[in-house]
Amino acid sequence: MALDSKIPSGPLADKWDSHKFASKLVNPANRRKHTVIIVGTGLAGASAASSLGELGYNVLSFCIQDSPRRAHSIAAQGGINAAKNYQNDGDSVYRLFYDTIKGGDYRAREANVYRLAQSSVNIIDQCVAQGVPFAREYGGHLDNRSFGGAQVSRTFYARGQTGQQLLLGAYQSMQRQVAKGSVKQFAQREMLDLVLINGQARGIIVRNLVTGQMERYVADAVCLATGGYGTVYYLSTNAVGSNVTAAWRAHKRGAYFANPCFTQIHPTCIPVSGEHQSKLTLMSESLRNDGRVWVPKNNGDKRNPADIPESERDYYLERKYPSFGNLVPRDVASRNAKQVCDDGRGVGESGLAVYLDFKDAIQRLGHDVVAGRYGNLFEMYEKIAGEDPYKSPMRMYPAIHYTMGGLWVDYNLMSNVQGLHVLGEANFSDHGANRLGASALMQGLADGYFVIPYTLAHYIAGTKVEKVTTDHDAFKEAEDNVQQRINKLLAVKGSKTPRALHRELGQIMWDNVGMARTDASLKDALVKIPKLREEFWHNVSVPGDQNSLSKNLEYAGRVADYLEFAELLALDALTRTESCGGHFREESQTPDGEAQRDDDNFTHVSAWEFQGVGQKPNLHKEPLVFEEVHPSQRSYK
Amino acid sequence: MRIHLTVWRQAGPNVGGAFHAYTAENVSPDMSFLEMLDVVNEQLIKKGEEPIAFDSDCREGICGTCGFMISGIPHGSQPHTTVCQLHMRKFNDGDSFTLEPWRAKAFPVLKDLVVDRSAFDRIIQAGGYTSVNTGGAKDANNILIGKDIADAAMDSAECIGCGACVAACKNASAALFTSAKITHLSLLPQGQVERTTRVLNMVERMDTEGFGSCSNEGECEAVCPKGISLKNIATMNKEFWKAVLQS
Repeated sequence: MALDSKIPSGPLADKWDSHKFASKLVNPANRRKHTVIIVGTGLAGASAASSLGELGYNVLSFCIQDSPRRAHSIAAQGGINAAKNYQNDGDSVYRLFYDTIKGGDYRAREANVYRLAQSSVNIIDQCVAQGVPFAREYGGHLDNRSFGGAQVSRTFYARGQTGQQLLLGAYQSMQRQVAKGSVKQFAQREMLDLVLINGQARGIIVRNLVTGQMERYVADAVCLATGGYGTVYYLSTNAVGSNVTAAWRAHKRGAYFANPCFTQIHPTCIPVSGEHQSKLTLMSESLRNDGRVWVPKNNGDKRNPADIPESERDYYLERKYPSFGNLVPRDVASRNAKQVCDDGRGVGESGLAVYLDFKDAIQRLGHDVVAGRYGNLFEMYEKIAGEDPYKSPMRMYPAIHYTMGGLWVDYNLMSNVQGLHVLGEANFSDHGANRLGASALMQGLADGYFVIPYTLAHYIAGTKVEKVTTDHDAFKEAEDNVQQRINKLLAVKGSKTPRALHRELGQIMWDNVGMARTDASLKDALVKIPKLREEFWHNVSVPGDQNSLSKNLEYAGRVADYLEFAELLALDALTRTESCGGHFREESQTPDGEAQRDDDNFTHVSAWEFQGVGQKPNLHKEPLVFEEVHPSQRSYK
Repeated sequence: MRIHLTVWRQAGPNVGGAFHAYTAENVSPDMSFLEMLDVVNEQLIKKGEEPIAFDSDCREGICGTCGFMISGIPHGSQPHTTVCQLHMRKFNDGDSFTLEPWRAKAFPVLKDLVVDRSAFDRIIQAGGYTSVNTGGAKDANNILIGKDIADAAMDSAECIGCGACVAACKNASAALFTSAKITHLSLLPQGQVERTTRVLNMVERMDTEGFGSCSNEGECEAVCPKGISLKNIATMNKEFWKAVLQS
């Protein structure tokens, strides 16, 4: 199948407006006759559910958590970008667009990114109207900060809990629709299969995580807003329940998976302390606004940081990137941290950490100002690491944080499967090979509040769907498929826990498909992953039955899917022999160690078509056309 | 470290439960309390036994998913800390703990330490929002909000909805949770239009869900991982009586 991105013609700045006008509409009186399934209730899912509910569609909303308010968007700390130019510092829609395209290392679609930048200004208005308590100046205006490699202050924030406040705003709007009856909420349901009828996405099979029963739901269209796949690395900053299952099951039903090797490693996370560790905690990169990153100049210098004089410290980001300093984008900061640690200059017990030091900031600004900006983050660090950042520098190391890859979608956010729409982190389209800080919240809400209400209407108005019920054979086939897999999991009765197997997978992925990837490491991963998958299906232990709440059974199913998906991620990384953004192939670097793109061969989206577990998937390429921005070597010097 | 646990095990919503004893061996001081339970569960799974069911997700104290009683105190004895952020370095080798689910009529036990908190969603559905549809909002800077007001609203809005306040209260009252949302929205200009109906409807819903009344013990504030202040309840009461008089 040829991939049609459906990017509208015309000048970049007019594409979205003209596309909206050209899109078909659904008569308000008819909307309630159309049912839409939305899986996931993070920023993308909750904002889509509330917006579509307000418009009058019959919305069915599903989440695995016990309440939609707990979706993982809630953990985002730093902020949300918007091209408001409230600070009069030269920001504009075009500049946000340009920064995002460049930050993504020229591997995102121009048209999508421009629309994202345009929508950003409406998001802030919408969220403020909902009562989101963004930080304010004394005069009552909204406060902004500069964030993650931007040279303008365009980031809106609510203390260190921006994701929480934006999600609660969307959740509350959604609850209002639940009360009105336009949104029906199904918490603690896990989507385990997609149902296709006549080639159209028409429903889902979910497992009720409390009763263990299978349930079938039918609709005119299905939206997945199920987040990213960072937990394929076992340790990541994602919630422990985050998983690829819904997206992967849709992939197995025909939806293409795009650019899975584009993963983001966040530079400032609390380092690993031992094997027991279940997740890594991110410390907002807003800390880099005032904190200075350094390591000792000399290898193996194990002195207490306070005893290392200025002259023997290497503030390596300030040294190498004088114009961006500590604020270089995430991929650059992460890679540099790895390099200094590989050089033997890492700090802490493991030697896998760098210092993030606030001593100068406290001297310059005073304890209270620093506490006002970062107090809750310092508290969090102290709880986890047991050290006081006001007194000694934080230790930080990169960790998997976000995944830019995801299910392939066109400009309408529809996958190659008719009727299957994919929103937020679950799709691939806006961040290219690297996401800029404070852009994930922006994308999730843009997709849900301002894109899908138009593009879904166009799909519904322009598509004939057969009238079916959940008694249709396709539902039975899908449910049987899910049931068989669960039976298989329960029947193994082996001796390894899903967690132990997941941890092994994570180690393979981090060592071979992590911050630096080589031909040899990726080929090694492609040997090890199928072996581990084989072991899983012979040796996993899932005690208990399926007819009640069983976290271990849920988890086992997700790990099983990761053992299939991981192979695709590694294969994509092997196939893309260039470095770009978060995807760093050691064979492809500039003389001074920066990522070296290969535009002649890789200015495209790699969209993979499933061919069976363990079978080589088919690769489809969507060429990326840059009409507006000329791809250049990124430089933050 | 070695830790002794007495854990409430209950197979499902409508069956009885009982306490069972477990010992966690080789506990590292760097573990969180939940990671210690992960290790206990790993051992149970290896023996072919059902692991202890407990809820958790973000494991950084913001999603509000985790929570149970540790020796009678919701989230344990460290102030302003969810159980996922409680680290074993705060305890000693040989310590014993009793783990129980939140106990409240409005939070029925689903399994072991997991309870059904959907009553909180229904309280929000009763009015915990501003009625604004997507699209057409005016420019954000056209609504001026003083920094002190915005900060106070944020103090209330920080609630993570974990339910510890209900579990700590002898009346199983949801007053702190409900009042935090009412206070957040009543402080802001955006929340004014529905101020009266909001408080009446949310308080009514809180009662019909089976939560008890507030008798000002302050246990909720003491255990709240986000430090939500008791003042929110005073605000809610003031808002409520004002609304009653107005309507």
